[in-house]
Amino acid sequence: MCDTCGCGQPETSVTIRKPGDTEEHSHKHAHADHQHHHDQQHSRKIAIEEDVLSKNNLLAERNRGYFEGKGIFTLNLVSSPGSGKTTLLEKTINDLHDDFNFCVIEGDQQTMRDAEKIQSTGVPVVQINTGTGCHLDANMIHRAVKKLSPQNNSILLIENVGNLVCPAMFDLGEHHKIVIISITEGDDKPHKYPTMFSVADVCIINKTDLLPYVDFDINKCKEYALQVNHHLSFFELSAKTGSGMDQWYDWLKDKVSHQMAL
Amino acid sequence: MHEMSIAINVVDIITKQAQAENAKKINEVDLEIGVLAGVMVESLQFCFEAACKDTMAEDAKMTIIDVPGKGKCLDCNKTFSIDTYLAPCPNCQSFSVDIIQGREMKIRSINID
Repeated sequence: MCDTCGCGQPETSVTIRKPGDTEEHSHKHAHADHQHHHDQQHSRKIAIEEDVLSKNNLLAERNRGYFEGKGIFTLNLVSSPGSGKTTLLEKTINDLHDDFNFCVIEGDQQTMRDAEKIQSTGVPVVQINTGTGCHLDANMIHRAVKKLSPQNNSILLIENVGNLVCPAMFDLGEHHKIVIISITEGDDKPHKYPTMFSVADVCIINKTDLLPYVDFDINKCKEYALQVNHHLSFFELSAKTGSGMDQWYDWLKDKVSHQMAL
Repeated sequence: MHEMSIAINVVDIITKQAQAENAKKINEVDLEIGVLAGVMVESLQFCFEAACKDTMAEDAKMTIIDVPGKGKCLDCNKTFSIDTYLAPCPNCQSFSVDIIQGREMKIRSINID
């Protein structure tokens, strides 16, 4: 087990690659054995009082400091598989590449497919393959960012592993978590998976071009999501047709200019 | 299955602490888990057992202390108990509720030899 990245699997199973790279095995580190002197003979209780995810949270803060120092505005996109995260990224990058420098970290269990799609937009991209892992963590981002070398004053888009449960727990150092729900998933998703909606700042409702064909009540979905997290802001859009993207771009531009002003 | 990552983090923290105390074995660990932390306790117990294998925490007993959820209504300012994310304020039925307790995941203590 790897106690450096805390990913719950052998250390060699997470790979971080740019499209075209040959397979690189992840970091190697010696695990200290547990042999040591035993002076104590009696059972005793030791207070620890430490957050279980303290290591991840510390690394996330380190990432956050790096992003702030370089003026990199970072978003962590989370959703179920198939909600259209990659299409949303492609569309956003293609439409705004004259306004911003983008770079992307893709997270999937397997394949370079998403990184290859993003690469065709012309922006730097790194793919994290988590093996069997169900989420990205702060250490994976730390390693991926080293490989990516993002420019100062850029936007880093992190596409998390498609999973509406586990990525909620792991701070990556991002400025905002964005939860994406597509209208083919059902309007009661916020009630079924409240943890993810409770930690997000923004909810994007995607694939609105399919609204005439499915029973999805947007107002009900928003109401459910607001019951879980009344701080959420919403964007209704279709990354495929481009409808509703302008409001999302306005939000992005506003946040980036605010970030630059800090 | 984020419970496995959580279990590994727990084992990592407690073995480091126990080594610093020159312990030879970890017998017990007490964990505080908030009811809104999004952790499945049964799954965490199962993963903890697996994560302890071949470490000084092997066969250690994990006790989970539930931390109750607490919400604060932003409309009427009342503080109240909650156990789901879908809890309206019992006083004014508003959903403008901020969670002020219940997301904790903390290692409280260990018992070592």
